[in-house]
Amino acid sequence: MGNKLFHPLATGFLVWILTLPISGVVLDGYFFSFHWQPPLVLALAAFLFHSGILAVRWWHSFGKLLKEKRGLGDCPQGFDFAVDQSSLSRSTRTLPKGAILMALPMIVGGVLPFFLNKYWLTVAILALIYVLLALGLNIVVGLAGMLDLGFVAFYAVGAYGYALGHEYLGLGFWSSLPLGAMLAAGFGVVLGFPVLRMHGDYLAIVTLGFGEIIRLVLNNWVSFTGGPNGVRVPGPTLPGLEFTRRAKEGSIPVHEFLGIDYSANHRIVFIYLVLFMVVLATIFLVTRLKNMPLGRSWEALREDEIACRSLGINHVTVKLSAFALGAMIGGIGGVFFAASQGFVNPTSFTFFESALILAIVVLGGLGSIPGVIIAAIVITILPEVLRDFSDYRVLVFGLAMVIMMIWRPRGLVRSVRPVFREHVR
Amino acid sequence: MDATILAQQAINGLILGATYGLIAIGYTMVYGIIGMINFAHGEIYMVSAYLTAIFLALAQFAGITSIPATLVFVLFFTLLVTALHGWFAERIAYRPLRGSNRLAPLITAIGLSLVLQNYVRLSQGARSQGIPSLMQGSFILPIGSAGGSVQITHVQLLIIVVAFLGMAVLTFIMHRTSLGRACRATEQDLTMAALLGIDTDRIISIVFVIGAAMAAVAGVLVSLNYGSFDFHIGFITGIKAFTAAVLGGIGSLPGAMLGGLILGLSESFFSGFVNTDYKDVFAFALLVLVLIFRPSGLLGQPMVTKV
Repeated sequence: MGNKLFHPLATGFLVWILTLPISGVVLDGYFFSFHWQPPLVLALAAFLFHSGILAVRWWHSFGKLLKEKRGLGDCPQGFDFAVDQSSLSRSTRTLPKGAILMALPMIVGGVLPFFLNKYWLTVAILALIYVLLALGLNIVVGLAGMLDLGFVAFYAVGAYGYALGHEYLGLGFWSSLPLGAMLAAGFGVVLGFPVLRMHGDYLAIVTLGFGEIIRLVLNNWVSFTGGPNGVRVPGPTLPGLEFTRRAKEGSIPVHEFLGIDYSANHRIVFIYLVLFMVVLATIFLVTRLKNMPLGRSWEALREDEIACRSLGINHVTVKLSAFALGAMIGGIGGVFFAASQGFVNPTSFTFFESALILAIVVLGGLGSIPGVIIAAIVITILPEVLRDFSDYRVLVFGLAMVIMMIWRPRGLVRSVRPVFREHVR
Repeated sequence: MDATILAQQAINGLILGATYGLIAIGYTMVYGIIGMINFAHGEIYMVSAYLTAIFLALAQFAGITSIPATLVFVLFFTLLVTALHGWFAERIAYRPLRGSNRLAPLITAIGLSLVLQNYVRLSQGARSQGIPSLMQGSFILPIGSAGGSVQITHVQLLIIVVAFLGMAVLTFIMHRTSLGRACRATEQDLTMAALLGIDTDRIISIVFVIGAAMAAVAGVLVSLNYGSFDFHIGFITGIKAFTAAVLGGIGSLPGAMLGGLILGLSESFFSGFVNTDYKDVFAFALLVLVLIFRPSGLLGQPMVTKV
């Protein structure tokens, strides 16, 4: 019983010692100043947190005790074949509800650009780009179970593919989109081949190294990529029509063609709409793939590689396909990022971006498509709404990753699969 | 090739390599025991660099003026607090996940490294910090033709001495004491060690503490040597130290030091004679190549997975 007070107190005290030098003494040149409050607050938080856990545990065991006294809480003998009904009979029973659920976001998403101002439209584009990236990473990490810490490399390949393709080859948006996707997929295969033999941790480190190599090369190969100065990227065009006030020779600006006034928003609305279509197509593709044999083998490989290989699943093609598909979606995201920013430079492709996309996938639930989409939207919009909070954004992401893994390792929205539960007493 | 420049680069590489080796010990021991990469280890090193500066300032505040006393004060307290960070990291982010799938602790490790990085950035500011040089002076050794000479500063000498001393003490602990025996037993077979009455949770905690303490030593020495650091340094140094651990054979203590020295020397020669801009690319490429072609490293045994 003495533990009830002692353990939380000890936690608080340890946290105090831990944080006192770093956040209690702030360096200022060769001197410093004291800031006593933050460590105290942190220690108090740790104390309350630990007390809370103990209290919850106590109530839990108390409730159990009551149940046992009343003779409840017994599991029946034998097997309980619990198949999740909703996921099996979705195609027949819940179709109308599902259709409404699908149609609503589609309509809202499609109508959205005509009501938003320019600022929120760019935020929406960013959110959609992150949805794409998260869907791509979700294939690699969530479905196939390979921790890819260099996903941003494929994003960079897509973005720079468009930018440099325009710079050196004169490619436009529409030719860059498939080419960027293919290029990124090619990089995915090139990276995928050597790492196939590796375990989770080594794979993570190699992909991280690969991502950093790409970024450092982009940063240092000044004569080709422009280095830290970046490359200018043109906006997308409708074939033959441009989103500028005055068109270049041989083409007509969109606003003249349609007979409406010029507005700088047209370009952004256009990007948004195209991106929205692409995101819908990707969601459709990924949902279908997940239920196809390929998707099933990804998940099977994630659960137990040795068993899968003994059963004759070709782990090379399965893993490579996951890598290539994920990379391809990342590349498409990169092309859109370049098109919407009008400018790319290496600072957009740091390890932090990879970690952020990973955080989205983890928070949404590894392997759960709706969860990942919601998480991507929430995580990109939230910092815009809470501007004052933006300093603490990354700290909170990190904390959330730790807490999620401990409490809900399958994410906030778990993906449901038929399960077989066995209750034997 | 000029012998003088070669010798100077070799010395620089040796010093770089010694620090990589010290940090690599944390990776290699943790990997040896629980088979995971402690991704937050680089941040622990970064924290220790900050703590060095803070305790240096506090030493001046407390009126400690003699240089050896300051050094001991700084080293002692930095070691203490950093080791506590290592212990806490294991307790919070890894212990609750023991026995879950392999992905989960890796993700918490990344989360923890983001937390540590941003915690330091938020409380100490994002700009780079500096510390005054404690030990000035250097030895000048004549090497090569035409009166060429190489320079070793006192701090650099200290780094090499402390790094090898640390390695020697650690090797002694691991091979001659009962604690070391328990560590090695846990490393061989965690379940069996637990069955035979070794408190494996305690051993794992101790391993984290030792790893963090070694990172702290590296942090103190490097910040004394370079005099400046920021909240980013943990990431890249961490990856390089990990490369060193893999190069030497992850799980092996002498391997960590050997890998560190090889990496430090080759990085120093690469940046001296080929290209400074691409020295990080070189380190990463080395990591990828080692993992592809010789994942068991120079001194490690290849792992066999039995079905």
